[in-house]
Amino acid sequence: MADTTTKPLPSTLSVGLARTKLEVREFFREKEALIFTFFFPIIFLGIFSAVFGSTDFNGVNAATYFTPGMIASGIFLSSFQSLAISIALERDEGLLKRLRGTPMPPQSYFIGKIGQVLVTSIAQFALLLVIAGLVLGVDIPTEPSKWLDFAWIFILGAASGSVLGIAFSVVPKSGKAASAVITPVVLLLQFMSGVYFVYSSLPAWMRDVASVFPLKWLAQGMRSVFLPDGFQVNEPGGSWQLGTGAIVLTVWLILGLFLAQRVFRWTRRDAG
Amino acid sequence: MENDNAVRVRGLVKRYPDKVAVDGVDLDIHRGEVFALLGPNGAGKTTTTEILEGYRRADEGEVSVLGTDPAHGDRRWRSRLGIVLQTSRDEAESTVLELVSHYAGYYPNPRDPDEVIAAVGLEEKRKTRPRKLSGGQRRRLDVALGVIGNPELLFLDEPTTGFDPEARRQFWTLIENLRTSGTTILLTTHYLDEAEHLADRVGVIADGRMIEIGTPETLGGRGARTARVSWSDADGPHELRTDRPTAEVAALMQRFDGEVPELEVRRPSLEDIYLDLIGKANAADAAVAIEAGAL
Repeated sequence: MADTTTKPLPSTLSVGLARTKLEVREFFREKEALIFTFFFPIIFLGIFSAVFGSTDFNGVNAATYFTPGMIASGIFLSSFQSLAISIALERDEGLLKRLRGTPMPPQSYFIGKIGQVLVTSIAQFALLLVIAGLVLGVDIPTEPSKWLDFAWIFILGAASGSVLGIAFSVVPKSGKAASAVITPVVLLLQFMSGVYFVYSSLPAWMRDVASVFPLKWLAQGMRSVFLPDGFQVNEPGGSWQLGTGAIVLTVWLILGLFLAQRVFRWTRRDAG
Repeated sequence: MENDNAVRVRGLVKRYPDKVAVDGVDLDIHRGEVFALLGPNGAGKTTTTEILEGYRRADEGEVSVLGTDPAHGDRRWRSRLGIVLQTSRDEAESTVLELVSHYAGYYPNPRDPDEVIAAVGLEEKRKTRPRKLSGGQRRRLDVALGVIGNPELLFLDEPTTGFDPEARRQFWTLIENLRTSGTTILLTTHYLDEAEHLADRVGVIADGRMIEIGTPETLGGRGARTARVSWSDADGPHELRTDRPTAEVAALMQRFDGEVPELEVRRPSLEDIYLDLIGKANAADAAVAIEAGAL
Protein backbone atom coordinates (compact mmCIF):
# COMPACT_ATOMS: atom_id res chain seq x y z
CA MET A 1 0.00 0.00 0.00
CA ALA A 2 2.97 2.29 0.54
CA ASP A 3 3.59 2.75 -3.17
CA THR A 4 0.15 4.29 -3.77
CA THR A 5 1.69 7.63 -2.92
CA THR A 6 4.58 7.29 -5.34
CA LYS A 7 3.19 5.67 -8.48
CA PRO A 8 2.07 8.27 -11.02
CA LEU A 9 -1.63 8.88 -11.54
CA PRO A 10 -2.95 7.92 -14.98
CA SER A 11 -2.93 10.93 -17.32
CA THR A 12 -6.08 12.93 -18.07
CA LEU A 13 -5.80 12.03 -21.75
CA SER A 14 -5.41 8.29 -21.21
CA VAL A 15 -8.38 8.21 -18.82
CA GLY A 16 -10.31 10.38 -21.33
CA LEU A 17 -9.60 7.91 -24.14
CA ALA A 18 -10.63 5.00 -21.91
CA ARG A 19 -13.88 6.87 -21.21
CA THR A 20 -14.38 7.48 -24.93
CA LYS A 21 -14.11 3.76 -25.53
CA LEU A 22 -16.59 3.05 -22.73
CA GLU A 23 -19.04 5.73 -23.91
CA VAL A 24 -18.96 4.52 -27.52
CA ARG A 25 -19.54 0.96 -26.35
CA GLU A 26 -22.45 2.07 -24.15
CA PHE A 27 -23.94 4.08 -27.02
CA PHE A 28 -23.91 1.29 -29.56
CA ARG A 29 -25.23 -1.26 -27.08
CA GLU A 30 -28.21 0.84 -26.06
CA LYS A 31 -31.07 0.33 -28.47
CA GLU A 32 -33.09 3.49 -27.68
CA ALA A 33 -30.17 5.80 -28.33
CA LEU A 34 -29.31 3.92 -31.48
CA ILE A 35 -32.79 4.34 -32.93
CA PHE A 36 -33.64 7.86 -31.79
CA THR A 37 -30.22 9.39 -32.27
CA PHE A 38 -28.23 7.28 -34.68
CA PHE A 39 -30.72 5.88 -37.19
CA PHE A 40 -33.35 8.63 -36.92
CA PRO A 41 -32.03 10.86 -39.73
CA ILE A 42 -31.39 7.86 -41.92
CA ILE A 43 -34.92 6.55 -41.37
CA PHE A 44 -36.35 10.00 -42.12
CA LEU A 45 -34.31 10.34 -45.29
CA GLY A 46 -35.67 6.99 -46.42
CA ILE A 47 -39.25 8.01 -45.63
CA PHE A 48 -38.94 11.36 -47.41
CA SER A 49 -37.45 9.91 -50.51
CA ALA A 50 -40.19 7.26 -50.57
CA VAL A 51 -43.00 9.82 -50.02
CA PHE A 52 -41.68 12.49 -52.41
CA GLY A 53 -39.96 10.02 -54.71
CA SER A 54 -41.03 11.55 -57.97
CA THR A 55 -41.41 15.14 -56.78
CA ASP A 56 -38.97 17.57 -58.31
CA PHE A 57 -37.26 20.02 -55.94
CA ASN A 58 -35.99 22.68 -58.33
CA GLY A 59 -34.24 20.11 -60.45
CA VAL A 60 -33.09 17.54 -57.86
CA ASN A 61 -34.92 14.59 -56.33
CA ALA A 62 -36.26 14.49 -52.76
CA ALA A 63 -33.37 12.42 -51.39
CA THR A 64 -30.83 14.91 -52.72
CA TYR A 65 -32.78 17.85 -51.37
CA PHE A 66 -33.19 16.39 -47.86
CA THR A 67 -29.74 14.80 -47.46
CA PRO A 68 -28.01 17.98 -46.18
CA GLY A 69 -30.81 18.61 -43.67
CA MET A 70 -30.59 15.06 -42.39
CA ILE A 71 -26.80 15.31 -42.06
CA ALA A 72 -27.18 18.55 -40.08
CA SER A 73 -29.94 17.00 -38.02
CA GLY A 74 -27.82 13.93 -37.33
CA ILE A 75 -24.93 16.04 -36.05
CA PHE A 76 -27.30 17.98 -33.81
CA LEU A 77 -28.97 14.81 -32.47
CA SER A 78 -25.64 13.04 -31.87
CA SER A 79 -24.23 16.02 -30.02
CA PHE A 80 -26.92 18.13 -28.36
CA GLN A 81 -29.75 15.65 -27.83
CA SER A 82 -27.61 12.64 -27.01
CA LEU A 83 -25.45 14.49 -24.46
CA ALA A 84 -28.25 16.48 -22.84
CA ILE A 85 -30.31 13.32 -22.22
CA SER A 86 -27.49 10.99 -21.24
CA ILE A 87 -25.86 13.45 -18.82
CA ALA A 88 -29.22 14.34 -17.22
CA LEU A 89 -29.82 10.62 -16.63
CA GLU A 90 -26.32 10.00 -15.34
CA ARG A 91 -26.64 12.88 -12.91
CA ASP A 92 -30.08 11.86 -11.67
CA GLU A 93 -29.15 8.23 -11.15
CA GLY A 94 -25.94 8.96 -9.31
CA LEU A 95 -23.38 7.85 -11.88
CA LEU A 96 -21.81 11.32 -11.95
CA LYS A 97 -21.65 11.35 -8.17
CA ARG A 98 -19.84 8.03 -8.18
CA LEU A 99 -17.38 9.22 -10.82
CA ARG A 100 -16.70 12.38 -8.81
CA GLY A 101 -15.75 10.14 -5.88
CA THR A 102 -12.99 8.48 -7.90
CA PRO A 103 -9.67 9.99 -8.98
CA MET A 104 -10.98 10.27 -12.55
CA PRO A 105 -10.08 13.80 -13.73
CA PRO A 106 -13.29 15.76 -14.51
CA GLN A 107 -11.84 16.75 -17.91
CA SER A 108 -11.56 13.07 -18.80
CA TYR A 109 -15.33 12.72 -18.45
CA PHE A 110 -15.84 15.48 -21.01
CA ILE A 111 -13.17 14.08 -23.31
CA GLY A 112 -15.14 10.81 -23.18
CA LYS A 113 -18.44 12.50 -24.01
CA ILE A 114 -17.05 14.61 -26.86
CA GLY A 115 -15.05 11.66 -28.16
CA GLN A 116 -18.24 9.64 -28.24
CA VAL A 117 -20.03 12.43 -30.14
CA LEU A 118 -17.22 12.53 -32.72
CA VAL A 119 -17.13 8.78 -33.24
CA THR A 120 -20.90 8.35 -33.45
CA SER A 121 -21.58 11.40 -35.62
CA ILE A 122 -18.84 10.50 -38.07
CA ALA A 123 -20.14 6.92 -38.26
CA GLN A 124 -23.66 8.25 -38.69
CA PHE A 125 -22.58 10.63 -41.44
CA ALA A 126 -20.66 7.90 -43.26
CA LEU A 127 -23.68 5.58 -43.16
CA LEU A 128 -26.01 8.34 -44.29
CA LEU A 129 -23.69 9.18 -47.16
CA VAL A 130 -23.37 5.58 -48.31
CA ILE A 131 -27.15 5.05 -48.25
CA ALA A 132 -27.85 8.40 -49.92
CA GLY A 133 -25.20 7.85 -52.59
CA LEU A 134 -25.61 4.17 -53.35
CA VAL A 135 -29.28 3.50 -52.60
CA LEU A 136 -31.06 6.82 -53.11
CA GLY A 137 -28.99 8.12 -56.04
CA VAL A 138 -27.82 11.33 -54.41
CA ASP A 139 -24.89 13.09 -56.08
CA ILE A 140 -22.01 13.26 -53.62
CA PRO A 141 -19.72 16.26 -54.15
CA THR A 142 -16.11 15.61 -55.18
CA GLU A 143 -14.55 19.10 -55.09
CA PRO A 144 -12.01 19.42 -52.25
CA SER A 145 -13.24 22.95 -51.46
CA LYS A 146 -16.71 21.55 -50.70
CA TRP A 147 -15.21 18.98 -48.33
CA LEU A 148 -13.12 21.62 -46.65
CA ASP A 149 -16.32 23.57 -46.00
CA PHE A 150 -17.93 20.37 -44.75
CA ALA A 151 -15.08 19.76 -42.31
CA TRP A 152 -15.29 23.11 -40.53
CA ILE A 153 -19.08 23.18 -40.53
CA PHE A 154 -19.15 19.65 -39.11
CA ILE A 155 -16.59 20.41 -36.39
CA LEU A 156 -18.17 23.74 -35.42
CA GLY A 157 -21.65 22.19 -35.41
CA ALA A 158 -20.67 19.12 -33.38
CA ALA A 159 -18.62 21.21 -30.92
CA SER A 160 -21.33 23.80 -30.28
CA GLY A 161 -24.00 21.07 -30.07
CA SER A 162 -21.86 19.18 -27.53
CA VAL A 163 -21.18 22.07 -25.16
CA LEU A 164 -24.80 23.24 -25.40
CA GLY A 165 -25.95 19.68 -24.67
CA ILE A 166 -23.70 19.51 -21.59
CA ALA A 167 -25.13 22.83 -20.38
CA PHE A 168 -28.74 21.91 -21.22
CA SER A 169 -28.47 18.66 -19.24
CA VAL A 170 -29.19 20.63 -16.04
CA VAL A 171 -32.62 21.75 -17.30
CA PRO A 172 -34.67 18.53 -16.80
CA LYS A 173 -35.59 18.16 -13.13
CA SER A 174 -35.20 14.37 -13.22
CA GLY A 175 -33.74 11.66 -15.36
CA LYS A 176 -37.21 10.46 -16.29
CA ALA A 177 -38.12 13.92 -17.57
CA ALA A 178 -34.95 14.21 -19.65
CA SER A 179 -36.29 12.76 -22.90
CA ALA A 180 -39.63 14.54 -22.49
CA VAL A 181 -37.94 17.92 -21.98
CA ILE A 182 -35.16 17.66 -24.53
CA THR A 183 -36.73 15.82 -27.47
CA PRO A 184 -39.47 18.44 -28.14
CA VAL A 185 -36.89 21.24 -28.06
CA VAL A 186 -34.84 19.42 -30.67
CA LEU A 187 -37.91 18.54 -32.75
CA LEU A 188 -39.11 22.14 -32.73
CA LEU A 189 -35.69 23.39 -33.80
CA GLN A 190 -35.58 20.81 -36.57
CA PHE A 191 -38.95 21.93 -37.96
CA MET A 192 -38.13 25.64 -37.72
CA SER A 193 -34.67 25.20 -39.17
CA GLY A 194 -36.00 23.65 -42.37
CA VAL A 195 -34.67 20.15 -41.82
CA TYR A 196 -37.99 18.57 -42.76
CA PHE A 197 -39.25 21.29 -45.13
CA VAL A 198 -37.93 23.54 -47.81
CA TYR A 199 -36.51 26.30 -45.63
CA SER A 200 -37.50 29.10 -47.99
CA SER A 201 -41.12 27.94 -47.85
CA LEU A 202 -41.33 28.56 -44.08
CA PRO A 203 -43.04 31.76 -42.86
CA ALA A 204 -40.63 34.66 -42.48
CA TRP A 205 -41.16 35.00 -38.72
CA MET A 206 -40.30 31.34 -38.22
CA ARG A 207 -37.14 31.73 -40.25
CA ASP A 208 -36.24 34.77 -38.15
CA VAL A 209 -36.62 32.76 -34.96
CA ALA A 210 -34.70 29.80 -36.38
CA SER A 211 -31.82 31.98 -37.52
CA VAL A 212 -30.99 32.76 -33.91
CA PHE A 213 -30.23 29.07 -33.27
CA PRO A 214 -27.32 26.95 -34.50
CA LEU A 215 -29.22 24.19 -36.31
CA LYS A 216 -30.45 26.54 -39.06
CA TRP A 217 -26.86 27.53 -39.89
CA LEU A 218 -25.66 23.98 -39.69
CA ALA A 219 -28.39 22.93 -42.16
CA GLN A 220 -27.70 25.86 -44.48
CA GLY A 221 -23.99 25.07 -44.39
CA MET A 222 -24.68 21.45 -45.31
CA ARG A 223 -26.92 22.58 -48.19
CA SER A 224 -23.99 24.61 -49.50
CA VAL A 225 -21.92 21.43 -49.59
CA PHE A 226 -24.44 18.95 -50.95
CA LEU A 227 -26.70 21.03 -53.23
CA PRO A 228 -25.68 22.57 -56.54
CA ASP A 229 -24.46 26.18 -56.21
CA GLY A 230 -27.46 27.37 -58.21
CA PHE A 231 -29.63 26.58 -55.19
CA GLN A 232 -28.33 29.49 -53.18
CA VAL A 233 -30.82 31.81 -54.91
CA ASN A 234 -33.50 29.95 -52.91
CA GLU A 235 -31.85 30.85 -49.61
CA PRO A 236 -33.08 33.96 -47.84
CA GLY A 237 -30.63 36.65 -48.91
CA GLY A 238 -29.79 34.73 -52.06
CA SER A 239 -26.50 33.18 -50.83
CA TRP A 240 -25.20 30.38 -48.57
CA GLN A 241 -24.13 32.97 -45.96
CA LEU A 242 -21.25 30.77 -44.81
CA GLY A 243 -19.52 33.69 -43.07
CA THR A 244 -22.59 34.53 -41.01
CA GLY A 245 -23.07 30.85 -40.27
CA ALA A 246 -19.50 30.54 -39.00
CA ILE A 247 -20.01 33.56 -36.73
CA VAL A 248 -23.34 32.34 -35.30
CA LEU A 249 -21.99 28.82 -34.65
CA THR A 250 -18.85 30.22 -33.02
CA VAL A 251 -20.90 32.51 -30.78
CA TRP A 252 -22.99 29.51 -29.68
CA LEU A 253 -19.83 27.49 -29.10
CA ILE A 254 -18.36 30.17 -26.84
CA LEU A 255 -21.68 30.72 -25.06
CA GLY A 256 -22.06 26.96 -24.60
CA LEU A 257 -18.53 26.60 -23.21
CA PHE A 258 -19.20 29.40 -20.76
CA LEU A 259 -22.60 28.03 -19.70
CA ALA A 260 -21.40 24.42 -19.44
CA GLN A 261 -18.64 25.47 -17.05
CA ARG A 262 -20.98 27.60 -14.98
CA VAL A 263 -23.95 25.27 -14.64
CA PHE A 264 -22.49 21.76 -14.79
CA ARG A 265 -22.86 19.81 -11.57
CA TRP A 266 -21.97 16.30 -10.47
CA THR A 267 -24.89 15.86 -8.09
CA ARG A 268 -28.62 16.42 -8.26
CA ARG A 269 -30.02 19.87 -7.58
CA ASP A 270 -31.72 18.67 -4.39
CA ALA A 271 -28.43 17.28 -3.07
CA GLY A 272 -27.51 20.57 -1.35
CA MET B 1 -0.27 15.77 9.09
CA GLU B 2 -0.59 12.02 8.88
CA ASN B 3 -1.27 10.31 12.17
CA ASP B 4 -2.79 7.11 13.48
CA ASN B 5 -6.27 8.30 12.66
CA ALA B 6 -7.68 7.80 9.19
CA VAL B 7 -10.38 10.32 10.03
CA ARG B 8 -10.27 13.18 12.52
CA VAL B 9 -13.21 15.54 12.97
CA ARG B 10 -13.56 18.34 15.52
CA GLY B 11 -16.59 20.57 15.99
CA LEU B 12 -18.14 19.81 12.60
CA VAL B 13 -21.14 21.99 11.77
CA LYS B 14 -23.24 21.92 8.59
CA ARG B 15 -26.30 24.13 8.19
CA TYR B 16 -28.99 23.90 5.56
CA PRO B 17 -31.47 26.69 4.97
CA ASP B 18 -34.15 24.91 7.00
CA LYS B 19 -32.09 23.18 9.69
CA VAL B 20 -28.75 22.43 11.28
CA ALA B 21 -27.90 18.99 9.89
CA VAL B 22 -24.66 18.48 11.80
CA ASP B 23 -24.21 20.31 15.06
CA GLY B 24 -20.73 20.02 16.53
CA VAL B 25 -19.64 16.46 15.77
CA ASP B 26 -16.27 15.09 16.96
CA LEU B 27 -15.05 11.83 15.52
CA ASP B 28 -11.83 9.81 15.30
CA ILE B 29 -11.54 6.70 13.17
CA HIS B 30 -8.37 4.71 13.77
CA ARG B 31 -6.45 3.15 10.93
CA GLY B 32 -7.48 -0.43 10.29
CA GLU B 33 -10.73 -0.34 12.23
CA VAL B 34 -14.30 -0.78 11.10
CA PHE B 35 -16.35 2.09 12.43
CA ALA B 36 -20.14 2.02 12.18
CA LEU B 37 -22.16 5.22 12.18
CA LEU B 38 -25.68 4.61 13.43
CA GLY B 39 -28.64 6.91 13.63
CA PRO B 40 -32.18 7.45 12.45
CA ASN B 41 -32.96 8.98 9.04
CA GLY B 42 -32.19 12.68 8.99
CA ALA B 43 -29.83 12.41 11.99
CA GLY B 44 -26.87 13.74 10.01
CA LYS B 45 -25.16 10.46 9.06
CA THR B 46 -25.19 11.05 5.32
CA THR B 47 -24.26 14.73 5.61
CA THR B 48 -21.29 13.85 7.85
CA THR B 49 -20.11 11.08 5.51
CA GLU B 50 -20.51 13.25 2.43
CA ILE B 51 -18.38 15.96 4.03
CA LEU B 52 -15.69 13.34 4.73
CA GLU B 53 -15.95 12.12 1.12
CA GLY B 54 -15.54 15.65 -0.22
CA TYR B 55 -19.04 15.98 -1.71
CA ARG B 56 -20.12 18.72 0.68
CA ARG B 57 -18.36 21.55 2.47
CA ALA B 58 -18.35 21.94 6.23
CA ASP B 59 -19.61 25.26 7.55
CA GLU B 60 -17.50 25.06 10.68
CA GLY B 61 -14.99 22.75 12.30
CA GLU B 62 -11.88 20.83 11.47
CA VAL B 63 -11.96 17.82 9.16
CA SER B 64 -9.04 15.63 8.21
CA VAL B 65 -9.35 12.47 6.10
CA LEU B 66 -6.08 10.63 5.51
CA GLY B 67 -4.33 13.80 6.57
CA THR B 68 -6.13 16.04 4.06
CA ASP B 69 -9.04 18.47 4.33
CA PRO B 70 -11.64 16.88 2.02
CA ALA B 71 -12.63 20.33 0.75
CA HIS B 72 -9.17 20.50 -0.85
CA GLY B 73 -8.80 16.82 -1.74
CA ASP B 74 -6.97 16.26 -5.02
CA ARG B 75 -6.81 13.24 -7.34
CA ARG B 76 -3.98 11.70 -5.34
CA TRP B 77 -6.10 11.91 -2.19
CA ARG B 78 -9.15 10.46 -3.96
CA SER B 79 -7.03 7.59 -5.25
CA ARG B 80 -6.56 6.49 -1.61
CA LEU B 81 -10.30 6.39 -0.91
CA GLY B 82 -13.03 3.98 -1.91
CA ILE B 83 -16.61 5.22 -1.87
CA VAL B 84 -19.66 2.97 -2.09
CA LEU B 85 -22.68 5.25 -2.28
CA GLN B 86 -26.18 4.41 -1.14
CA THR B 87 -27.56 4.32 -4.64
CA SER B 88 -25.74 4.62 -7.89
CA ARG B 89 -26.25 3.61 -11.46
CA ASP B 90 -23.69 1.71 -13.42
CA GLU B 91 -22.84 2.21 -17.02
CA ALA B 92 -25.67 -0.17 -17.81
CA GLU B 93 -24.44 -1.66 -21.06
CA SER B 94 -20.99 -2.77 -19.93
CA THR B 95 -20.27 -6.12 -18.35
CA VAL B 96 -18.99 -6.62 -14.80
CA LEU B 97 -15.47 -7.32 -16.07
CA GLU B 98 -15.50 -4.34 -18.45
CA LEU B 99 -16.61 -2.00 -15.66
CA VAL B 100 -14.20 -3.23 -13.01
CA SER B 101 -11.31 -3.09 -15.50
CA HIS B 102 -12.33 0.39 -16.63
CA TYR B 103 -12.50 1.78 -13.09
CA ALA B 104 -9.12 0.19 -12.35
CA GLY B 105 -7.72 2.56 -14.98
CA TYR B 106 -8.49 5.58 -12.78
CA TYR B 107 -6.05 4.53 -10.06
CA PRO B 108 -2.26 4.55 -9.80
CA ASN B 109 -2.06 1.22 -8.02
CA PRO B 110 -5.22 -0.79 -8.67
CA ARG B 111 -5.92 -4.33 -7.58
CA ASP B 112 -6.27 -7.03 -10.20
CA PRO B 113 -9.82 -6.86 -11.66
CA ASP B 114 -10.21 -10.65 -11.80
CA GLU B 115 -9.10 -10.97 -8.18
CA VAL B 116 -11.53 -8.29 -7.04
CA ILE B 117 -14.40 -9.86 -8.97
CA ALA B 118 -13.58 -13.18 -7.33
CA ALA B 119 -13.36 -11.53 -3.90
CA VAL B 120 -16.90 -10.15 -4.20
CA GLY B 121 -18.15 -13.48 -5.52
CA LEU B 122 -19.09 -12.44 -9.04
CA GLU B 123 -16.81 -14.75 -11.05
CA GLU B 124 -19.76 -16.38 -12.75
CA LYS B 125 -21.19 -12.98 -13.66
CA ARG B 126 -18.05 -11.55 -15.26
CA LYS B 127 -19.71 -11.30 -18.67
CA THR B 128 -23.08 -10.12 -17.32
CA ARG B 129 -24.41 -6.56 -17.60
CA PRO B 130 -25.43 -4.85 -14.35
CA ARG B 131 -29.15 -4.77 -15.08
CA LYS B 132 -29.21 -8.55 -15.25
CA LEU B 133 -27.74 -8.85 -11.74
CA SER B 134 -29.82 -9.29 -8.60
CA GLY B 135 -29.91 -6.50 -6.00
CA GLY B 136 -27.31 -8.24 -3.86
CA GLN B 137 -25.04 -8.88 -6.85
CA ARG B 138 -25.25 -5.24 -7.93
CA ARG B 139 -24.23 -4.18 -4.44
CA ARG B 140 -21.26 -6.53 -4.70
CA LEU B 141 -20.37 -4.85 -7.97
CA ASP B 142 -20.58 -1.47 -6.19
CA VAL B 143 -18.14 -2.78 -3.60
CA ALA B 144 -15.85 -4.17 -6.32
CA LEU B 145 -15.74 -0.69 -7.92
CA GLY B 146 -15.16 0.83 -4.48
CA VAL B 147 -12.14 -1.36 -3.66
CA ILE B 148 -10.57 -1.73 -7.13
CA GLY B 149 -8.25 1.22 -6.40
CA ASN B 150 -6.80 -0.53 -3.35
CA PRO B 151 -8.15 2.09 -0.91
CA GLU B 152 -6.77 2.82 2.52
CA LEU B 153 -10.18 4.06 3.63
CA LEU B 154 -13.48 2.66 2.40
CA PHE B 155 -16.86 4.35 2.85
CA LEU B 156 -19.84 2.01 2.81
CA ASP B 157 -23.21 3.76 2.90
CA GLU B 158 -25.98 1.37 3.92
CA PRO B 159 -24.46 -1.45 1.90
CA THR B 160 -26.97 -4.20 2.67
CA THR B 161 -30.31 -2.40 2.51
CA GLY B 162 -32.80 -4.69 0.81
CA PHE B 163 -30.71 -7.84 1.17
CA ASP B 164 -32.15 -11.17 2.21
CA PRO B 165 -30.52 -12.66 5.34
CA GLU B 166 -28.28 -15.03 3.41
CA ALA B 167 -27.02 -12.31 1.08
CA ARG B 168 -26.33 -10.15 4.13
CA ARG B 169 -24.27 -12.91 5.77
CA GLN B 170 -22.22 -13.35 2.57
CA PHE B 171 -21.71 -9.62 2.34
CA TRP B 172 -20.47 -9.49 5.92
CA THR B 173 -17.83 -12.10 5.09
CA LEU B 174 -16.68 -9.88 2.23
CA ILE B 175 -16.33 -6.89 4.56
CA GLU B 176 -14.52 -8.99 7.17
CA ASN B 177 -12.01 -10.03 4.51
CA LEU B 178 -11.41 -6.39 3.63
CA ARG B 179 -10.81 -5.57 7.26
CA THR B 180 -8.34 -8.42 7.52
CA SER B 181 -6.41 -6.95 4.58
CA GLY B 182 -6.00 -3.72 6.58
CA THR B 183 -8.60 -1.46 5.00
CA THR B 184 -10.14 1.15 7.31
CA ILE B 185 -13.91 1.11 6.88
CA LEU B 186 -16.57 3.67 7.73
CA LEU B 187 -19.93 1.96 7.58
CA THR B 188 -23.30 3.63 7.90
CA THR B 189 -26.19 1.30 8.50
CA HIS B 190 -29.72 0.96 9.80
CA TYR B 191 -29.11 -2.59 10.92
CA LEU B 192 -27.93 -2.92 14.47
CA ASP B 193 -26.97 -6.55 14.06
CA GLU B 194 -24.79 -5.51 11.14
CA ALA B 195 -22.96 -2.94 13.27
CA GLU B 196 -22.64 -5.43 16.10
CA HIS B 197 -21.24 -8.06 13.77
CA LEU B 198 -18.82 -5.95 11.77
CA ALA B 199 -17.80 -2.89 13.75
CA ASP B 200 -14.91 -2.46 16.13
CA ARG B 201 -16.54 0.75 17.32
CA VAL B 202 -19.93 2.31 16.91
CA GLY B 203 -20.98 5.97 16.93
CA VAL B 204 -24.59 6.91 17.49
CA ILE B 205 -25.68 10.15 15.89
CA ALA B 206 -29.02 11.86 16.49
CA ASP B 207 -30.19 15.37 15.63
CA GLY B 208 -26.80 16.23 14.25
CA ARG B 209 -24.95 15.37 17.46
CA MET B 210 -22.76 12.39 18.29
CA ILE B 211 -24.50 11.10 21.38
CA GLU B 212 -22.19 8.21 22.09
CA ILE B 213 -19.15 6.39 20.75
CA GLY B 214 -18.02 3.00 21.99
CA THR B 215 -17.46 -0.63 21.16
CA PRO B 216 -20.65 -2.58 20.52
CA GLU B 217 -20.02 -4.28 23.90
CA THR B 218 -19.73 -1.11 25.96
CA LEU B 219 -22.16 1.21 24.19
CA GLY B 220 -24.65 2.80 26.55
CA GLY B 221 -22.44 2.22 29.60
CA ARG B 222 -22.56 -0.53 32.18
CA GLY B 223 -26.02 0.37 33.41
CA ALA B 224 -27.53 -0.22 30.00
CA ARG B 225 -26.32 -3.83 30.13
CA THR B 226 -28.05 -4.82 33.31
CA ALA B 227 -29.60 -8.24 32.82
CA ARG B 228 -33.34 -8.72 33.05
CA VAL B 229 -34.65 -11.84 34.71
CA SER B 230 -38.32 -12.55 34.12
CA TRP B 231 -40.66 -15.33 35.16
CA SER B 232 -44.26 -15.71 36.17
CA ASP B 233 -46.19 -17.17 39.04
CA ALA B 234 -49.76 -17.13 40.32
CA ASP B 235 -49.58 -13.30 40.61
CA GLY B 236 -48.65 -12.94 36.95
CA PRO B 237 -45.41 -11.98 35.17
CA HIS B 238 -42.42 -10.55 37.04
CA GLU B 239 -39.28 -8.80 35.84
CA LEU B 240 -36.15 -7.94 37.76
CA ARG B 241 -33.11 -5.93 36.65
CA THR B 242 -29.93 -7.24 38.21
CA ASP B 243 -26.15 -7.34 37.91
CA ARG B 244 -26.13 -10.88 39.31
CA PRO B 245 -28.62 -12.86 37.21
CA THR B 246 -27.11 -16.24 38.11
CA ALA B 247 -27.72 -15.67 41.81
CA GLU B 248 -31.29 -14.57 41.06
CA VAL B 249 -31.95 -17.68 39.01
CA ALA B 250 -30.53 -19.88 41.78
CA ALA B 251 -32.81 -18.18 44.30
CA LEU B 252 -35.80 -18.64 41.99
CA MET B 253 -34.95 -22.33 41.57
CA GLN B 254 -35.10 -22.83 45.31
CA ARG B 255 -38.34 -20.91 45.61
CA PHE B 256 -40.09 -22.93 42.87
CA ASP B 257 -38.31 -26.16 43.71
CA GLY B 258 -37.46 -27.01 40.09
CA GLU B 259 -38.66 -25.46 36.86
CA VAL B 260 -39.30 -21.73 37.03
CA PRO B 261 -42.36 -20.89 34.89
CA GLU B 262 -41.50 -18.83 31.77
CA LEU B 263 -38.00 -18.14 33.04
CA GLU B 264 -36.03 -15.81 30.80
CA VAL B 265 -32.67 -14.10 31.33
CA ARG B 266 -32.01 -11.33 28.80
CA ARG B 267 -29.28 -8.86 28.26
CA PRO B 268 -30.34 -5.89 26.16
CA SER B 269 -29.31 -6.22 22.52
CA LEU B 270 -27.42 -3.43 20.83
CA GLU B 271 -30.76 -2.54 19.31
CA ASP B 272 -32.37 -2.05 22.75
CA ILE B 273 -29.45 0.10 23.85
CA TYR B 274 -29.52 2.09 20.64
CA LEU B 275 -33.26 2.75 20.87
CA ASP B 276 -32.71 3.77 24.47
CA LEU B 277 -29.98 6.25 23.44
CA ILE B 278 -32.06 7.70 20.59
CA GLY B 279 -35.06 7.89 22.93
CA LYS B 280 -33.05 9.82 25.51
CA ALA B 281 -31.79 12.23 22.83
CA ASN B 282 -35.36 12.88 21.70
CA ALA B 283 -36.60 13.26 25.28
CA ALA B 284 -33.80 15.77 26.03
CA ASP B 285 -34.80 17.72 22.94
CA ALA B 286 -38.43 17.69 23.95
CA ALA B 287 -37.46 18.97 27.42
CA VAL B 288 -35.44 21.81 25.88
CA ALA B 289 -38.36 22.63 23.61
CA ILE B 290 -40.76 22.74 26.57
CA GLU B 291 -38.39 24.97 28.56
CA ALA B 292 -37.97 27.27 25.59
CA GLY B 293 -41.73 27.36 25.17
CA ALA B 294 -42.22 28.18 28.86
CA LEU B 295 -39.93 31.19 28.53
